[in-house]
Formats: sequence, C-alpha cells, structure tokens
Amino acid sequence: MSDLAVDTEIDRSQMTVSDDIAIEINNMNKWYGAFHVLRDIDLTVNQGERIVICGPSGSGKSTLIRCINALEEHQQGKIVVDGTVLSNDLKNIDKIRREVGMVFQHFNLFPHLTILENCTLAPIWVRKVPKKEAVETAMHFLEKVKIPEQANKYPGQLSGGQQQRVAIARSLCMKPRIMLFDEPTSALDPEMIKEVLDTMIELAQEGMTMLCVTHEMGFARQVANRVIFMDQGQIVEQNEPEEFFNNPKSDRTKLFLSQILGH
Amino acid sequence: MSEMHAETVGYVRDTMLPEQDPPATSVGAIGWLRGNLFSGWFNSAMTILALIFIYWVMSIIVPWTFSPTWYATSLSECREILNEMGREGHFGGACWGVIRDRWVQLLFGFYPSDLYWRPILAFVLLFVALGPVLFSDYFPSKLIWFTAVYPFIMPWLLWGGSIWTPILVIAGFGIGYGAFRVVSGAVGNLGGLIAAVVAALVWWLFLLGPVSELIHSIIPAAINQVDSRAFGGFMLSITIGVVAIAISLPLGIVLALGRRSDLLIVKALCVGFIEFIRGVPLITLLFVASTLLNIFMPPGTNFDIILRVIIMATLFASAYMAEVIRGGLAALPKGQYEGADSLGLDYWQAQRLIIMPQALKISIPGIVSTFIGLFKDTVLVSIIGLLDPLGLSNAIRADSDWNGIVWELYGFIALLFFIFCFGMSRYSMYLERKLQTGHR
Repeated sequence: MSDLAVDTEIDRSQMTVSDDIAIEINNMNKWYGAFHVLRDIDLTVNQGERIVICGPSGSGKSTLIRCINALEEHQQGKIVVDGTVLSNDLKNIDKIRREVGMVFQHFNLFPHLTILENCTLAPIWVRKVPKKEAVETAMHFLEKVKIPEQANKYPGQLSGGQQQRVAIARSLCMKPRIMLFDEPTSALDPEMIKEVLDTMIELAQEGMTMLCVTHEMGFARQVANRVIFMDQGQIVEQNEPEEFFNNPKSDRTKLFLSQILGH
Repeated sequence: MSEMHAETVGYVRDTMLPEQDPPATSVGAIGWLRGNLFSGWFNSAMTILALIFIYWVMSIIVPWTFSPTWYATSLSECREILNEMGREGHFGGACWGVIRDRWVQLLFGFYPSDLYWRPILAFVLLFVALGPVLFSDYFPSKLIWFTAVYPFIMPWLLWGGSIWTPILVIAGFGIGYGAFRVVSGAVGNLGGLIAAVVAALVWWLFLLGPVSELIHSIIPAAINQVDSRAFGGFMLSITIGVVAIAISLPLGIVLALGRRSDLLIVKALCVGFIEFIRGVPLITLLFVASTLLNIFMPPGTNFDIILRVIIMATLFASAYMAEVIRGGLAALPKGQYEGADSLGLDYWQAQRLIIMPQALKISIPGIVSTFIGLFKDTVLVSIIGLLDPLGLSNAIRADSDWNGIVWELYGFIALLFFIFCFGMSRYSMYLERKLQTGHR
C-alpha cells in the first residue's frame, strides 16, 4: 500500500541466501472442521531467505506461518523446521519454538511484566540463561530496536509502534534462526508503521531468515527475495519481487495487485 | 464560530487559546454539592428527605449506644440503671455489661484460660506468616520460609501435644519426595508422583502416630493438649476461615485448570466435582461432616470434628473459587497463550508466569468475595453444635443473668466480622492498585 521505507538505503551485502534448508513443507493440508484452509502446500525456505506472503483475507497465509511453529496443527503432510520434524511430539514442538521467533499482529506482549521482563522471561526459563546475561542480551536488542529507555515501563504505557518493536526484540532475545511475522503492521497507526518496518529491514540486512505475512508492498519490493501470493488456501504464484509486481502471471494475482496498488 | 467564518472556508488559527480556569460552580465544595446533592429540584428534595431519615435513625441508635451499663452484671441490673436515668422501653439503652462479662468467651470459647497465650501467639504469627505473601514489598523475602512452616506450627499451638507430631508431619513431605526420586527413576514421572502420594499417606495415616509416641517416650517435648470441644468463639471462626481460605485458592486454581483441560477424564472429574459441590447447600455438607461421615468410618476412628468441618468448608469454597478463576482465565485474550507458546514456554511455565498472574489479577474481586463469603459462612457451624460466636451467643442467652439480650451480642459479633471482612476488602483494593500496569 504505502511506499514506506523507500528512503532507507538498503545494504544487501549480508542478505545472502545459503543452500541450507531452513523450512521444508511437503504436501501440507489443514482443515478447520470441514473447511479446507490449506491445500497441498509445498514450500522450501533456505537459510537467509526473506519471503513475503500476501493474498486476500481468508486465503490461509496467517494459518500457514502459524503451522510452522505449531500454533496451528496441520493434519496432513510434513513440515521440517531447521532439521526437526514437526510432529505431535511436544519435545519437537518446543525445540522448534525455541528456534523460531514470532511477531503477532496484536503484539501479544505480557501486560503484567515490564518491557525488560518481557524480553528476559523466555531466555531465563526456556534457555536457562543466567539472569544477568539475559538482561544484557535484552538491553542489547532493546537498543537495537531503539527503545532502551522504556525498559522499565509496562507495555500498556507504550505506543503501538513501540510495543511492536518490543515484541520483535522479545523474539530476538531467544536468538532464533528464523523469524515469522504475522501482519506486524496491520494494527498500527500509519505514522508508526515506518518505525516497525525499519526494524524489520535492519533485521533482514543482518541475514535473518524471515517469513512475513504483510500487505506492505514497498517492504516486499525492497527486502524480499521472494513474494508468495496465496488464494483459497493455495500458493497461486511465487516469484522474485521485480517479476512479481511488474509481470504477474495469474489473473488472480493481477486482480489482487490492481486492488491493493491501484490507489 | 462567527458569521464571518461561516463564509470563509479556508481558516488558519494564528494564536492558540490559553488554558482557563473552570467555572467556580463546577469545582470545590460548591461544585461537589451542586453536582452530587442538589442537581435539580427532585434530587434536592431527595437529599433533604434522606438527611431527615438519617437523622431519625441516628437519633435512636446513638443514645442507645451511649449507655452507662458497662459494669452491670445482669440484664436486670442494666434495666435498673437505665430506669433510674428515666430511659425505658426497647430503645432505652444498650446493656454492655454482657460484653464486658463475656467478651473473652466470645473470643476463645471454652479454651483453657491459662493457655490463651497459644491462640494469641498463633494469631500474631499468622500475620508474620502472611506478611511476605500479602506485602512482599515490605518484608524480607527470607521470611517466606516461616510462611511455609506456619501451617504446621499453627495446629500444634492450637491443639497442643507433642512437638514431634508437626515435625514428623513435615517429614512426610520428605518421605514423599524420596519415594518420588526413587520410583520416578524407574517408572517415570507419573509413577513417581503416585508412589510419592501413597508413601506420604501411609506415613501420615499409619506410621506417624506410633513413631511420634516412640520419639516422645525417648525425648519428651510437649505442650498441654486441648480438645476440639474446647474450641469456640472467634478463635474457631478464624481457624476454620484461615485454613479453608488458604487451601481453597490453590485447590480452586487446580480445578479451574482441570475444567479447561483437553484431557477428557480430568475435565469430567473437575466439572463433576464443581457442579456437585455448587449444587449442594453448605449446611448439607456440614451435616454430612458432623453426622454421616461417622457412619462410614470404621468404628473407633477419631476423626476430629473441626478437621471435618474445615475439609467441607474448603471443598465448598474451592468449587466457587474454581469458577471465579475460570472467569479470569476466559477473560484473557488468546494472544497471551500464543505469545507464551511462540516463545517456547511449556504448559506449566506459561500458566505460572503468564496466564495465572493475569487471570488471578482479573479475578481478585471475585476471589476476595469468595473469601469473605467463606469467612462469614463459618458461623453455620453453630448449626451442627460447634460454639462459634453465634453458637456462643445462644449459650450466653441461656444464662439467666443475660436471658433476653439480643442486639448487644449480635452487634459485637457483627463488628468483629466486619473488621475482618472490611480488612480483606480494603486489601484487595490495595492489591488491585498495586498490580495496575496501565491499560492493556
């Protein structure tokens, strides 16, 4: 929609895609009751890829990335994340969740904990990091998202954009190898979208593997190395951003792009 | 907007307006009076009527309360004193002599008077034990160890007996833990847990008595034993109330989690328990405790009546507590669970660190209401013959000196209950303010 973040110079030197496979999804199907939400999804993501997933609402894009860290259960097919097969085994699920960070549309910060405690909680309890070290890491990432001075406030005292940056920092504190973004800017006021996108761009520049469900096409153009278009639970088209935006192949994609870029 | 502006569409403000004081009629005492008491003729009339009513009620209560009967030794003496002053009839004056004569009994029941220091000490220590839990900011955190030991000290102080009994009861936890360590290594956690419970129960029910007697015969250390029959008055209410409150909260949390569980049998058990207990009046449960249980017990078992009552009151309160906490859990957005899950916290970590602190905070008003209700419900034990304050008030009226006294006793009992319940209510408000962390 907006051409945000175009004023930022993107440093692509670190944005390299390696041959190591980060996520592999084969023939994955999912139903909500009788409703077939995801149909025959095949997707391979290499380490270092920055993938933007877009599509009309209800197309299953959020459900897809939520399946990757088992927030949603898939009924058929195989998902391998960072070499771990996603099964009903709780040990595997916990292992994957430790390696995969997630940022939500509504931040999902813990309102009863301070910003700093939000960031140190999981490292201390899940990774068993000593408290002092966890605090240092947390402050490092809070500085990175440019809000170290808010560390002792509560989420309710921060603006939406600040909260979302805290949510990103909170995920990063677990030192994840993959980051999932589920519409990170859709709940924000327009003037706060940029600060969150800037943080995400910075992350991409450092070579983080990212899957973003977003409608920020400016971000997709600049940062993504692949754009995936989904409709009715299926991957309809995927391509490099230049090709995807300038030369969409399917009619469904053309219609979608004309609707969101047309104004 | 003036007419001039209505014609010109483009408009730029060149000076910003300064802040002004609000009009005098909307602030201060006058503003408050106008806003709250005299806004409009109807409200003004209601205010005046209410003032007249309050004056009328107070003009009866205040003179009744201030009555010089503190040293009277019987109701008839009270009447004489009041008659001499020319005050007669129902509203002549209170007979406070009964309170002076019997307040100790209302507090302690028939507890041996030379041992009053024990319940008093237990009561004082209760606050020391509660301190680190209720006011964690002001107490050293090491004191929490005392809080952990207090549940064993309190019954020992109240009922007395050998010092070895509470120590050996604590040892039961060690035995359970030992059994867990030994068995869980071989069979897994669930087997270990079952073994721990069984080992601890066997210890408490069958081995503890003989072992305690054995040690006692070698190293005697005991304080006088006091029979449950001697318990009464506020001491009894507080004992039942505090124990039931302290146990019903954790039990309620477990039941609430069980009711929301995905595990079918756990869920069915919790729903069944909650619905059964909530479907039965407390007084029925108390009758079961006092009479029916004896029928099912092997003859000769001496299962303390106060303990039975405490168990029933606890179960009753925990069912309500479970529903209150379930309400708090339901009020939490799904995103909180997902946030915790996505960070890799397991179920118990998520519950303890993320879900419960917030759910309990939301439920504070309901939890405290349940506590207050439970504390007041302790007077129901008078119906099964325990001498709580209400039971004692009947006993006092049976004395020919005080036959016919009603208001003074009930007023005194009500005042003491009010102090405790109001205290709990104020504490809950303090806690809510303390846990306030900005809008969500």
